[in-house]
Amino acid sequence: MKDRTEEILNKYANADRDSLIPILQEVQDIDGWLSETALTSIGNHLGIPVSKVYGVATFYNQFRFHPNGKFHIQVCRGTACHVLGSATVLEELQRKLKINVGETTKDGLFSLEIVACIGTCGLAPVININGNFHAGVTAESLDGIIDSYKEKINN
Amino acid sequence: MEMISQKNFLISEVLNLAQGESYSSTVTEDLKVLRNEKIEKPIIFVGAGTCGLGAGADKTLLAIKEYLLTNKIDVDIIETGCIGLCSSEPLMDIQIPGKNRISFEKVTHDLVIPILSTVLWHNIIPEKNVLGQFTTGENEQWDNVDNISDHPFFKPQNRIVLQNCGIRNPISIEEYIAAGGYRSFLNMLKTYSPAEICDKVELSGLRGRGGGGFPAGKKWKFALNTESDQRYLVCNADEGDPGAFMDRAVIEGDPHRLIEGMAIAAFAITATKSYVYIRAEYPLALKRLNIAIEQAKEYGLIGKNIFGSGVDFEIKIKMGAGAFVCGEETALIHSIEGKRGMPRPRPPFPASQGLFGKPTIINNVETLANIPTIIEKGEDWYASIGTEKSKGTKVFALSGKVALTGLVEIPMGTTVREVIFDIAGGIKGGKKFKAVQIGGPSGGCITEENLDIPIDYDSLLEVGAMMGSGGLVVMDEDTCMVDVAKFFMDFIQRESCGKCIPCREGTRRMLEILEDITHKPANGGSHPALKRFKGITQIEKLAKVIKETSLCGLGQTAPNPVLSTLKWFRNEYEEHIFERVCDAGVCTELRTFTIDVDNCIGCMLCVKKCPTGAIIGAKKTPHFIVQDKCISCGSCELACKFDAILIN
Ligand SMILES: Cc1cc2nc3c(=O)[nH]c(=O)nc-3n(C[C@H](O)[C@H](O)[C@H](O)COP(=O)(O)O)c2cc1C
Ligand code: FES
Repeated sequence: MKDRTEEILNKYANADRDSLIPILQEVQDIDGWLSETALTSIGNHLGIPVSKVYGVATFYNQFRFHPNGKFHIQVCRGTACHVLGSATVLEELQRKLKINVGETTKDGLFSLEIVACIGTCGLAPVININGNFHAGVTAESLDGIIDSYKEKINN
Repeated sequence: MEMISQKNFLISEVLNLAQGESYSSTVTEDLKVLRNEKIEKPIIFVGAGTCGLGAGADKTLLAIKEYLLTNKIDVDIIETGCIGLCSSEPLMDIQIPGKNRISFEKVTHDLVIPILSTVLWHNIIPEKNVLGQFTTGENEQWDNVDNISDHPFFKPQNRIVLQNCGIRNPISIEEYIAAGGYRSFLNMLKTYSPAEICDKVELSGLRGRGGGGFPAGKKWKFALNTESDQRYLVCNADEGDPGAFMDRAVIEGDPHRLIEGMAIAAFAITATKSYVYIRAEYPLALKRLNIAIEQAKEYGLIGKNIFGSGVDFEIKIKMGAGAFVCGEETALIHSIEGKRGMPRPRPPFPASQGLFGKPTIINNVETLANIPTIIEKGEDWYASIGTEKSKGTKVFALSGKVALTGLVEIPMGTTVREVIFDIAGGIKGGKKFKAVQIGGPSGGCITEENLDIPIDYDSLLEVGAMMGSGGLVVMDEDTCMVDVAKFFMDFIQRESCGKCIPCREGTRRMLEILEDITHKPANGGSHPALKRFKGITQIEKLAKVIKETSLCGLGQTAPNPVLSTLKWFRNEYEEHIFERVCDAGVCTELRTFTIDVDNCIGCMLCVKKCPTGAIIGAKKTPHFIVQDKCISCGSCELACKFDAILIN
């Protein structure tokens, strides 16, 4: 993990403070989350105290400080999705997976996050699993969706 | 034509032409080919924006490719952006040589073979799933197929910003140029001074589409007239309003239009560097924008000394990191600089002191996407559209409980009723209209009695709503307005950056008051009714303080959804407070649970499950729910196997 962070940092030789967020984004893209070691080396590289790096990283919803599940589920809690019942969808997911928002299932398969509007309001309510959109989701249709991902593991 | 010769052809015969000079007849014919008006083999277009893909366009695409491969048919496939009719996705268009392009709706993967085989093999249009035909150059009309421009969803629209979306190939700079693109920009470089462009845009009456509605040309002049060695242009593509997706659609469907608009704006304020600040939640838009920027660089439309004019222009992309407040311009600047995205007091305004301390103009995607057409057709033409104080068109994202959802671009001054009932086909499932929420977390709602107001910046303000970015979420009788207010308050309270106290603490308190109204107290409480009543009398005062003392637009507008629902739906609040009922059935915690003694066999299951010990009873005798202790969580209903729990 350390080498991969180094690799990214090498691309940003002589970088300034304005590269901080892009670097954090790239590291998270590769590792899936931001580890303490990664945050420290980023701080050292840019000459910014690690406390500041941490301050910036925790400000933004995008950054995570522990690893995600194999399938990362984003539930849209935007207005259009809310009006069409996304609260029920979220509740049902939490019940089914037995995790809260921001947590990962024990088997490491699923993690849950809420996002504000994915931009497909016309198809509300929407959830996004590893970049795949599922439109018009209902509490009933969740079973099938979750199962289809579980099957992917078994195959 | 080969790629290289296409590029040389377009540069020498089209882009290098002087203003007003017309194409020779051979060039005109060649351009028809590039615009796909004169084709030799069929083309299949698939609407592959994020919404199309969400509705299954990827599977449709696969089915198309498979069909073409097995049947060895030579057909071009073009992935377009979104034409705006999200509820009809996936959309597939077919164009065969000599004939008009024809559009099919709801083409799920299983419908691909029946449609393609009838059209491609038999030149017949199937009866089902036809949306309509496009007039495509001088091609022949299909008989008995309606024109898409006569479709009720499209007819009242006036598409400037969206003119290419869903129609042209978004990642073909050739097609964009063949359709007249980038000529406004290049002509302008030769003909006008920056100050003249600012004048033109000011005269056009274009106001910012990001929410504030500030006149764009006027703002540009501030930056142009501020002494500095460097100026910046920033395109705000953060689109944080949950329920809005206009900017995403424009970037996915027509990225070159945004680039051209930015190039013109940058010239007008003599900025050589620019940024696009785009949400990380929009990966497809990001991808297409990157491709388009690379293409523009290859054509020399971005870079140093553009077409020998001595003008430099570069675009950098910065990805947002999921913070609503970063749509606010000073927070956005901090975010680009690599800091926590917190706003700062204005003045100084970014136009005089912005990114890295230099004069900076921040404009919304839609604002910038209007610019190429304003320069092409002239400021008078633009100013002739719309109302006296709100010129041009506005794109709205229609969602919620309407029959047709999607994007519409209408001239300013269209009434809300026309948008919801004529364009969007009214309320889904024959339900009753209740309200439409406009302007997102900063906006308000419009009710039945105000449906006939014209949509423009000022009329909306008069009824306590605002233009905002353009999200229109329609609600019917099954929507609870207190719940809607609570939803927005919850959103704002989470997204408040925490810098100023009125916003950080005030929004939290407002949310608590709303939660009091929609929840049942856990342990009966001694004076809950009084507390709820006091809360609601205080909420208006609190709202006033938050509005007047917050640092940035987020806090200053945060109370709007509450004030607006309180104004129009006070009775619903009162029902929640005094009668403890939610007519729409949304606030589940206000449900009353009782036990049907005839069905209850006294199995004790519900007694064990009840988290507050509200159910009493012994084995084999019917149980009883103590209402004061019940929090209406519904656990008993889930536990009961004998349908003995009654809810109302
Ligand atoms: C909390 C908050 C969020 C905002 N979000 C956006 C946004 O997502 N997109 C946008 O274009 N403008 C947003 N704005 C408005 C910008 O601050 C700014 O006024 C706008 O980008 C200026 O562009 P315009 O003049 O072209 O509208 C937001 C403002 C506030 C206070
Ligand atoms: S509100 Fe869910 S996609 Fe926009």
